Amino acid sequence: MRRLATLALLGWASLAPALGVGLPSEMLRDPAQEERARAIGRELRCLVCQNQSIEDSEAELARDLRRIVRERIAAGEDDRAVVDYVHDRYGDFVLLRPPFSAATALLWGMPLLALGGGGLALLLLRRRQRAEQGAWPEPAPLTPEERARLAALEDDAAR
Amino acid sequence: MIAELGHFALALALALALAQSFVPLLGAARGDARLMAAAGPLAGGHLLACAAAFGALLWAFAVNDTSVINVVQNSHSAKPMLYKLSGAWGNHEGSMLLWVLILALCGGAVAGFGRELPSALRARVLGVLGLVAVGFLAFVLITSNPFGRVWPPPPDGQGLNPVLQDPGLAFHPPLLYLGYVGYAVTFAFAVAALLEGRVDAAWGRWVRPWALAAWSFLTLGIALGSWWAYYELGWGGWWFWDPVENASLLPWLAGTALLHSAIVVEKREALKVWSVLLALLAFGFSLLGTFLVRSGVLNSVHAFANDPERGVFILGLLVFYVAGGFALFAWRAPSMAPAGLFQPLSREGGLVLNNLLLCSMAAVVLTGTLWPMFADLLLGQKISVGPPFFNTAILPLAVPLVLAMAAGPLMPWKRAQLWPVLQRLWWAALLAALAVALCFAYAGVRIGPALGFAAAAWLVAGALADISDRIALFRRPAAAWSRARGLPRAAWGAAIAHAGLGISILGMAGMGLATDRLAALRPGASLAHAGYEWRLDRVEDVIGPNWTARRATVTVTRGGAPVTVLTPERRFFPVGRMNTTEAAIHTTWLSDLYAVMGEEEGGTAVLRIHHNPLAPWIWLGAVIMALGGGISLSDRRIRVAAPAPRAGAAARA
Repeated sequence: MRRLATLALLGWASLAPALGVGLPSEMLRDPAQEERARAIGRELRCLVCQNQSIEDSEAELARDLRRIVRERIAAGEDDRAVVDYVHDRYGDFVLLRPPFSAATALLWGMPLLALGGGGLALLLLRRRQRAEQGAWPEPAPLTPEERARLAALEDDAAR
Repeated sequence: MIAELGHFALALALALALAQSFVPLLGAARGDARLMAAAGPLAGGHLLACAAAFGALLWAFAVNDTSVINVVQNSHSAKPMLYKLSGAWGNHEGSMLLWVLILALCGGAVAGFGRELPSALRARVLGVLGLVAVGFLAFVLITSNPFGRVWPPPPDGQGLNPVLQDPGLAFHPPLLYLGYVGYAVTFAFAVAALLEGRVDAAWGRWVRPWALAAWSFLTLGIALGSWWAYYELGWGGWWFWDPVENASLLPWLAGTALLHSAIVVEKREALKVWSVLLALLAFGFSLLGTFLVRSGVLNSVHAFANDPERGVFILGLLVFYVAGGFALFAWRAPSMAPAGLFQPLSREGGLVLNNLLLCSMAAVVLTGTLWPMFADLLLGQKISVGPPFFNTAILPLAVPLVLAMAAGPLMPWKRAQLWPVLQRLWWAALLAALAVALCFAYAGVRIGPALGFAAAAWLVAGALADISDRIALFRRPAAAWSRARGLPRAAWGAAIAHAGLGISILGMAGMGLATDRLAALRPGASLAHAGYEWRLDRVEDVIGPNWTARRATVTVTRGGAPVTVLTPERRFFPVGRMNTTEAAIHTTWLSDLYAVMGEEEGGTAVLRIHHNPLAPWIWLGAVIMALGGGISLSDRRIRVAAPAPRAGAAARA
């Protein structure tokens, strides 16, 4: 194992032990059901792998989970029930999309928090700047003479 | 002997880096011109020493010197020369040596190209770069010496991980490091500005080329890594939201924001404090990435050689440089007065929005990457954060970013009106709507890909609208050509980079429509997929230089006409007892035909066949983005490094 570890490398190297080509015999006959099973599988983590979904992994456990998912779909359960079944047995760790809870509130709230916090900071900063430097002076609209001059300038620039 | 020379050169580099960090900083503080002038030669010597050390390591790999442990662990005499050499940085120690070499290269570049900088600023920038180099050279020498010997030498090395023996992977780390380490220069500029207590338009102008160069290299490096993952891992995906991928995305996001805010500093002297903060942040993210990859704290497919001692050392460096930078920021930044007022609806306002959205994305990616670790440590809960989370959380931030990207460049500085901008973009919006309609007609109601196609059309058309507006193509067509030639290259670069992102998104949207089939076929049998006939002709044994393989030959035809022959393989490497799958890919402008071979059973072979529409455009788009960066970099304002009178530069812009 240590040898494998030292062989690994910077950046992107993968030591994926086996690549998930899969077996056709595992697949469901009904293509619509199989498509559902794959969509569910992509949301479930292969627990013994590093960040792979069960659809991408060839580990034994991933195979077992793929089979479980397909059995339950073939038994006529809806997607929600299938996910809940796996979730009940393996806990939050199996879900690649973490469920919303006290422990993940910050995680799920981050887009809003970052955007809202940043927006608020901008607003306050702007208000302070205005208070310090006075209101933005509204420039007077251009007079007809100025407009004519501007048009002449633009003509020059274009030539 | 060569290895000892390399080791010695490394120690010499540390000594020179120490001098480079203290002498110029002291000189700048005292206003001593002689001490400041030492910065350039010291940086040059530091670069030479690092280059000598790296050359020594390359030599050891090239001649397969098996008395060097690093060579033994990562090389083999039977490898082609390219992989012998790339093996030098395909491991922890060697890659860190490459890291410090590129850092020294950056220092040398600042010393060489920065002759026009004010001497105090130049001395401070080089001093800070020296200080960064000291930490990392010490790290290499103390924990990761690549020149360690082994006696007696084994007859041959143990070989390189087969998945790394690939041209994509040979060039991925150097490009990525040019990006990561390039942000050390902007960091040094930020720290130097904080030390001087002054950030002005000139600062923005000097920082921008470095931010641009680092960004272009990082873009290429990330794209190359993604491409490699696509064709080598054989999963048919191109981005996995893996912690290590995220670690490279974070400095990219912060660096992209910096690139844009530095424009505002240069042109309008606004966002100064913010740009300094972004420069600190971008390098902080680079270091964080280095730490995450090398400490093994994260659960990743890319898990690196990890060792607690090294992790703690890098964490120490990370804390020292980032916390030091931020402490300096907290101390000095409040004294920098903001200037350059602008209305919310203006070019500046658009760039602020860009920064807000990019930084929010970075916050999401950072939280998603680190949260599993924190939840485990602090709350004792094991959770996973995978692609479904990132896709969901990033989308609401990406949509407004893309919307604003086309409109921003069309807005004038200081104050803009929405209506004229929309007038110039109505046809882009029309094209986007058309793209959605076409996608729905072709692939059914698929929201994700349709959004992607719309974004692609919007961005490319927006870039065209930007250029045609600047050269007054429709208002004064006669003068358009001369105006196009007179247009600053920075404007061309920006439009090209924006269009490049649009093209990348086109590829991503196409991949959203990718389909695949899994089938067990007997030789002679075929299956239909995506309008093609895929026939398995035969499966045979193949013997390679250091592997054996089962190779399938798949003939692809369309309506009876031959298209291509694909030969996916399953390779076995006896040395490491490892299996790899070699995907076979036929690339056209419109799609990739992609085949992977699986197990064989009872006379049948399992084939997984992918049809990936528009896939190559993902990486081509990234290359176009980097090209835009390069064109922008060749702008006269940047090439002519002298601080030309500001009035001229500003008036032209």
